[in-house]
Amino acid sequence: MRRKQQKECGALIPNFKLPTHYAVFNSAKASGQAVSPDCNHIGTLDKTPTSFAINRSATQVESRLPLEKVQQTNLVSISSGYTENWGESNMADASPKTDISTDADTDEKSQRSDRGKLNAVVASDSSDRSKGSLDQKTLRRLAQNREAARKSRLRKKAYVQQLESSRLKLTQLEQELQRARQQGIFISSAGDQSHAMGGNGAMAFDVEYARWLEEQNRLINELRTGVNSHAGDAELRIIVDSVLVHYDEIFRLKSNAAKADVFHLLSGMWKTPAERCFLWLGGFRSSELLKLLVSQLEPLTEQQLVGISNLQQSSQQAEDALSQGMEALQQSLSETLSTGSLGSSGSSGNVANYMGQMAMAMGKLGTLEGFIRQADNLRQQTLQQMHRILTTRQSARALLAIHDYFSRLRALSSLWLARPRE
Amino acid sequence: MDRVRDLASKKAAVIFTKSSCCMCYSIKTLFYELGASPAIHELDHDPSGRDMEWALRGLGCDPSVPAVFIGGRFVGSAKDVISLHVDGSLKQMLMDAKAIWF
Repeated sequence: MRRKQQKECGALIPNFKLPTHYAVFNSAKASGQAVSPDCNHIGTLDKTPTSFAINRSATQVESRLPLEKVQQTNLVSISSGYTENWGESNMADASPKTDISTDADTDEKSQRSDRGKLNAVVASDSSDRSKGSLDQKTLRRLAQNREAARKSRLRKKAYVQQLESSRLKLTQLEQELQRARQQGIFISSAGDQSHAMGGNGAMAFDVEYARWLEEQNRLINELRTGVNSHAGDAELRIIVDSVLVHYDEIFRLKSNAAKADVFHLLSGMWKTPAERCFLWLGGFRSSELLKLLVSQLEPLTEQQLVGISNLQQSSQQAEDALSQGMEALQQSLSETLSTGSLGSSGSSGNVANYMGQMAMAMGKLGTLEGFIRQADNLRQQTLQQMHRILTTRQSARALLAIHDYFSRLRALSSLWLARPRE
Repeated sequence: MDRVRDLASKKAAVIFTKSSCCMCYSIKTLFYELGASPAIHELDHDPSGRDMEWALRGLGCDPSVPAVFIGGRFVGSAKDVISLHVDGSLKQMLMDAKAIWF
């Protein structure tokens, strides 16, 4: 029973770490040796190696072990696991440093109390107390010990209950996740994808994107401060350039992610739901963005108006071209997978057909990466051309407007996800 | 290479493609949208297709198709075409080469 307790203790309490002299005990245990010989190292303990460990661990949980104080008073019985505080100055200290054991060990505990009492007598003698008040003090100490021990036990019980309910919740969540995955909802996970790289690629990108967003927020705030404080053009240009360079960074990250897991990017699962509504080839539509900006960027010169209008048209045309290419790809893929399902040739012929079909389909899927890459290229070029057409200040306002728009979409997503449901 | 150069000089806008390549389809669509009528040469349906592909790669075209020539000069692959289109250069090039009029 004790062995089990000790194991439970170790399992239940994270960061369970015994100090070095207890570690001797622990390593011996781990290597399967009998426990008792090692206990002799530690001291006079005869029957409670495990509850001793429990004591230690429990106090670890409490994170309060006045081992130094005990050592200071030069007491003999450290090894008894009895960590009562006997220091002169600490009599009234109510902290739970006392003998803590499981409920089943109460008898042992009181026995240890008595032992401790005896040791206390020994210690106290050497530490200058009168014999008369000893009994009273001892009694009071014992009462305090019992109280502290009781409180410790209650705390431990509460903690264990908390752990148990967390464990239950974890199991439930895992089940839900499994169910959702079966329904085809994409949930990136480290160990579960058939192609390990795919899973890791998705997760890694999500992390990188989150980090990118944080940095983006920071840069945009800097930009906003600059614009609101009517900073000079030179200063604004530096910040605007850094924002544009930062956009280059996300396109670079997406390019890498497309190699690892193009479907993750295409799915838009790395974006929030409302953003996903407007997803086009793994990102935003430049032409739509420009439409939003034109009204906010006024006043524009004649030349600028023409420039922005042309840019809108160009990005629209490029988007159409890429969309049509994607449609052609879809059609081609369908045709590849649907031909020859009722072949008249022998079974070997069918197998060869099948494998040929699959090979061709695989090739077509491979071209998806190219489409995402060109879509991102279009986005990047559009941003840069916009920057060329506008003045520094206008660019700053445009970047702020773009960021605010996407921020609102993200906020909308949060609201949507948190909405009360019947 | 000679064949590539030869074909590229025959028309104001020339695009080398492969029949299975969907990105080529996108670039062709873009040219049509601009009002151009480029000459299309499918490498997988040309006897010297492989040599031509090798030559295009030698020009720095990666992937080898689509490979776009305007006015006999090598412009680039899909990425270059899109970049040039966004900043308005593509249209200008086509006009200069008399591939389009407006």
